[in-house]
Amino acid sequence: MANDSQPTLLREFAPQIERTNLLQLIWIFFLLAVIAVGFYALYTQIAEGHIVTGMRDNVVWGIYIVNFIFFMGISYAGALISGTLHLFRAEWRKPIIRIAEFMTIIALLIGPCYILLCIGRLDRLYYLVIHGRIQSPITWDVIAISTDIFGCLIFLYLAVLRDIAAIRDFQSIRIPNWKRTLYRIVALGYTGTPEQQERLHKATDIMAAMVISIAVIVYSVLAWIFSVTLQPGWHSTIFGPYFVIAAVFSGCGVMIVVMWLFRKIYRLEKYITRKHFVNVGVLMLVLAALFGYFTFSDYLTKWYGSEKNDELLINLLFDKYYWLFILSNYIGVLMPMLVVGLPKLRTITNITISAIVVILALWVNRYLIVVPTLESPYLPIQDSRPAWIFYNATWVEWSLTATGIAIFALLMTVGSKFIPIINVSEMEDKPVPEEELLT
Amino acid sequence: MKTASGRNPKKSSRREFIKKSLLTGAGVVATGGLAEAYLDTSASGSGEKVKVLTTGGEIREVDKAHLHYPRVSIKESKKGIPRRKFVMVIDLARCKNARACVQACQRGHYLPNGQEFMKVYLLQDTENTAPYWFPKPCYHCDNPLCVSVCPVGATYKRSDGIVLIDNERCIGCKFCITGCPYSTRVFAWRHYEEFDEDSQPYSPEASSPGVEGTVSKCDFCPDLIRVGKLPYCVSACPMGVIYFGDIDEDVVTNGSETFQFSQLIRDRAGYRYLEVLGTRPSVYYLPPVERQFPVDRGLDDLDEEVKARYKNTPHLKKHNL
Repeated sequence: MANDSQPTLLREFAPQIERTNLLQLIWIFFLLAVIAVGFYALYTQIAEGHIVTGMRDNVVWGIYIVNFIFFMGISYAGALISGTLHLFRAEWRKPIIRIAEFMTIIALLIGPCYILLCIGRLDRLYYLVIHGRIQSPITWDVIAISTDIFGCLIFLYLAVLRDIAAIRDFQSIRIPNWKRTLYRIVALGYTGTPEQQERLHKATDIMAAMVISIAVIVYSVLAWIFSVTLQPGWHSTIFGPYFVIAAVFSGCGVMIVVMWLFRKIYRLEKYITRKHFVNVGVLMLVLAALFGYFTFSDYLTKWYGSEKNDELLINLLFDKYYWLFILSNYIGVLMPMLVVGLPKLRTITNITISAIVVILALWVNRYLIVVPTLESPYLPIQDSRPAWIFYNATWVEWSLTATGIAIFALLMTVGSKFIPIINVSEMEDKPVPEEELLT
Repeated sequence: MKTASGRNPKKSSRREFIKKSLLTGAGVVATGGLAEAYLDTSASGSGEKVKVLTTGGEIREVDKAHLHYPRVSIKESKKGIPRRKFVMVIDLARCKNARACVQACQRGHYLPNGQEFMKVYLLQDTENTAPYWFPKPCYHCDNPLCVSVCPVGATYKRSDGIVLIDNERCIGCKFCITGCPYSTRVFAWRHYEEFDEDSQPYSPEASSPGVEGTVSKCDFCPDLIRVGKLPYCVSACPMGVIYFGDIDEDVVTNGSETFQFSQLIRDRAGYRYLEVLGTRPSVYYLPPVERQFPVDRGLDDLDEEVKARYKNTPHLKKHNL
């Protein structure tokens, strides 16, 4: 049914898929180099043991767990943004929704790998299934994350299906035969008959709703891993919703930065406009306010009551971690609020810069949740090797952190080489009339 | 394998074992003496003879190589010793950080330096209260958070109250370490040569041999209890600080003195550490009143490396010790 005259928009995006220019190749090789170093670091860790990391008996979880929370947060934000915008039929979502979907699934594939890096006996990983105990929050997490991965894969697949079918039917696109075959297989015989459209539409709606709820559950479970323990600073009822808010907040930041990058690289100025930056920026502003509120509530109650161990933790945060605390919980909250809140400052560049600050602030925020608590346990750290008391991440951990970011960037780049980074099929859909919105 | 003391830990523990076996008396509260089943006669003789006490009460001379108290299997280790509920009482008035408990525990469990099951803290509750030495084993809580959070059932609570770790099941996620509010658990960050001691098969009751990438901790030495011995730390302490016993039989002993547990706790105002957390420990403390040693005695004759472990305590900072 589709003929070559129809996909005008796809014609415009075809070069993305047809060619990879020299700069992009260099970029891909650079990322591969970072990943290669990461694999060497991984080899070192497996060969010599976890002794090569900065983690020790007191601080048993370090930046691997921080990265786990971070990437899961990005994924969750992607799911929430794409799911909600889809369900509300927000017209402006169309040019950016694919970016959100990519973020969701790519971050979701990277996040759990950091848990694996933290596990002492990877060879026994399958024990989680064969000996799994439902009483353990880790088992909840295994169930939640695997459900989330399946849900998000289905959601993403449904979301890209129409574009894949469009590329398959787009005869004049210059791609090798193996790619053509790939598109044909993956398109699953979708031709866009009214019945198919109806089904796809329904399925996407169901999956959008499911992905939102699964993501809330996944992120709450992740928070509960911390808050079910008795550790000062973790044992907090607020952690579930706090983590959920922090996740979407950080994800908005990543979303804006990725939008900015793709806009520059693929010259999408026509499609991704200031309006999109402002809209996602406003979302970021609201979340900054919520995040700031949760952070304030959490630390205020700890500080005001000043139970002995809470006080030790607060003292540590305001002493050794002072500047990191200021960055993550003050600058990270106030900057997006000012930049997006004041119309004068609301430019694409400014919003992107504050998004970068938000990303950094939220990573540090997770670090300040994980590490200082473990450095100030109930029993003071004594009769322990002095070098084992405080945590300093080693090159192995930093390298594997860089690898996660590089894999994220690589999959984003490669993904955009297979599927247009802008949902061309949705862009060509007519807007849903307002009176039909709520039916 | 030699330890820091230069003594062969196995030989010395056997010597102690025989001594203890011969001295079996009111002090030993755990099950029976040495049963004939513990004599492994399949091994070839070494020629060296030792005396042992049989369950029948007679002293027999056997070849040393045949002396081998077996470790129970992993499956068996999950059950617990029948009709027992173990309890430990630590008398803070007597502790002077002699560290004999730490050393005996390290030798007995073939642990590397830095991976201690028993730790001795120098606690000071507030600025105006007196500092005191505080030995800390695993508390074998009756409401153990470490057991609750384990995703694979590698750590478990037994009928006799002991919490053990099966290091053939442990995946090394370290959730139990963060779950324990007493910083009791340790992780094997790499392979140590001490783990190579594998003359006996692994048993969670002995926590040996250790395995890289898994969690371990104080086990209350059920392998010793089964042969009528007290845990390493209890019998090693020169001050008799640590008492071990059975809360249902209401008796605890440090090897030379035996007390009714309930009376001891009542008379000496025994308490459990951080009761507020609701973990219900099996370890009780007797407050450091009418002390036998000034606290600074605990700093005498310490290795520099060990002394450095206390340099950040308020007491040492205040007095520039």
